[in-house]
Amino acid sequence: MLIKISWRNIWRHKLRSAVVITAIALGLWAGVFIMGFYFGIIEQKINDVVRSEVSHIQIHHPDYKKEDFNINYFIPDGLTISEDLSVDTLVQYTSGRVISMGMIGSAKANSGVRIIGIDPEVEALLTGIDNKVIEGAFFKGVKRNAILVGQKLATKLNIKVRSKVVLTFQHINGEITAAAFRVAGIFKTLNTTYDESNVYVNNKEFRKLVGENITYHEIAILLKEHEYVDTAAEKYKGLYPGLLVEDWLEIVPLMRYMTDMMDQVMLIFMLIIMLALMFGIVNTMLMAVLERTRELGMLMAIGMNKFRLFNMILLETLILAMVGGLIGLILGYITIEYYAVKGIDVGIFSAAYESVGFSTKVFPQLEARYYIQTALQVVILSIFASLYPGRKALKLKPVEAIRKI
Amino acid sequence: MYVIETKDLSKVYDNGAVPVHAVNGVDLNIEDDEFTAIVGPSGSGKTTLLNMVGGLDSPTAGTIVVNGKDLSRMRENELINFRLNHIGFVFQSYNLIPVLTAKENTEFIMLLQKRPKKERDARVLSLLKEVGLSDKINKKPSELSGGQQQRVAVARALAAKPDFVLADEPTANLDSKSATNLLNIMARLNKEEGTTFIFSTHDQRVIDRARRVITLEDGKIVKDITQN
Repeated sequence: MLIKISWRNIWRHKLRSAVVITAIALGLWAGVFIMGFYFGIIEQKINDVVRSEVSHIQIHHPDYKKEDFNINYFIPDGLTISEDLSVDTLVQYTSGRVISMGMIGSAKANSGVRIIGIDPEVEALLTGIDNKVIEGAFFKGVKRNAILVGQKLATKLNIKVRSKVVLTFQHINGEITAAAFRVAGIFKTLNTTYDESNVYVNNKEFRKLVGENITYHEIAILLKEHEYVDTAAEKYKGLYPGLLVEDWLEIVPLMRYMTDMMDQVMLIFMLIIMLALMFGIVNTMLMAVLERTRELGMLMAIGMNKFRLFNMILLETLILAMVGGLIGLILGYITIEYYAVKGIDVGIFSAAYESVGFSTKVFPQLEARYYIQTALQVVILSIFASLYPGRKALKLKPVEAIRKI
Repeated sequence: MYVIETKDLSKVYDNGAVPVHAVNGVDLNIEDDEFTAIVGPSGSGKTTLLNMVGGLDSPTAGTIVVNGKDLSRMRENELINFRLNHIGFVFQSYNLIPVLTAKENTEFIMLLQKRPKKERDARVLSLLKEVGLSDKINKKPSELSGGQQQRVAVARALAAKPDFVLADEPTANLDSKSATNLLNIMARLNKEEGTTFIFSTHDQRVIDRARRVITLEDGKIVKDITQN
């Protein structure tokens, strides 16, 4: 009966209740959608970082990073290790890379770059870099010393497909070496900073220039499933104790901070929305209590105890918040699922997004636990929102209400 | 044993410069099956006396014993529980729960008493029939006339099977026909079922129908007569 009374009480003032329910629904809709939007951005970034940049696991010489990417610290038996890994059951693809820090120069300008020597066929499978070539071709059309440069670097150096550039880098014997390359293609990833600071060359040709005995500085591994990361990393750490084996979160810890931080930011964001909504609910419920002084007094007079009276106010608040909350969550879910397929074009902010490596098309997504978390927050919000109006009701003296009758 | 027994009952309001003795040393005994009207001019203390007897207000001095229980010694929660199980109320302004139907309003008090559904259904239908509202059980208060609402209030008051019913000016807002109708119902319930009714009233029709009339002035009983 209490639930029936509470439900009907809410609809005594249809417009007032509808306004509050709409406010709650809109607030939660916006909150859930923004959560989905930002988690979509993060998820895409993680996918992009794993798929296009770092892969799931990387193997280096233990001193390679410590010694500031010194060319002398390549992986001993790198070729064998790479071959062994390529047939591991957990692995989809592996790619061995010869890497050197150097300079790229055109007739117009110079720039510091990381020169990545790759096996084009294997790298295409691993990172899909061939699909990111927007001008020219992926190591085609140039007979010798082909180079792929990023679009931003090409603009900076004022070069185009088939332009000649000079790479300057250190030979393994310590001498500075320079070699001429011809631009076979220009690529564009989601990260303009990456495009500006990395160039790709064929590792067979590059090895001849930096030192024939170099195997690989880096072996990148893409696993068959994202979930295999922990197992695979542990396995390879055991197999190659003399090498530095890192998973993607160890290589780019910023990603971990980003996801952790986003969780916290979203929690605070939702709490702020909830707090704002709570004041609206408190106001409505307070009005409901104050205008029903006589009725509440009468209920106490005929024998309704304070526990039941408070429960009635709590139920009214809970129903009000849950109806709004449910509508908000459903709207949020529908919107997120719709745009998860269609995507949201944020092209108007493309320069800002791409400079930090984010896609300009966002596909929102939100795990079920966030919907549950938000629903629980609504319940807690209702309990808090009912405290003050409930206290007001409990402080009523039935005799005072009776006197007004 | 009396249903209600007050001894030297007083209520003093001390809100202003001069304390007001709303009820001043009232000794009152009400027996089972009484049909009693408490009358007197405005400010004579009728409502205050009724509130104290109903456990809604606490006395400044004196005792109120209802069916052997001293209300002045009870804590608030005990009082609420006592009112629920022993006292029925009929208010001047009907005071039904506006969102509930006549049936639900009558049933509500039995729900608070946690009575079984079967018993509730049977009693509600019987009471609404008694007050002549069998055809209005699913109507909400806003769909009923003042007289009909007050009859639902009487049914609600009786639903809890109270020891007595306190009715504070029950006919004040009713037209002549409705007031007479209501009084007939209450008189019949008193006569046939032995329900004790205590009214505070100005209404001469109520006074005429009462078997006992207690007159208050300045918080004191100045006349207590039994009439046929």
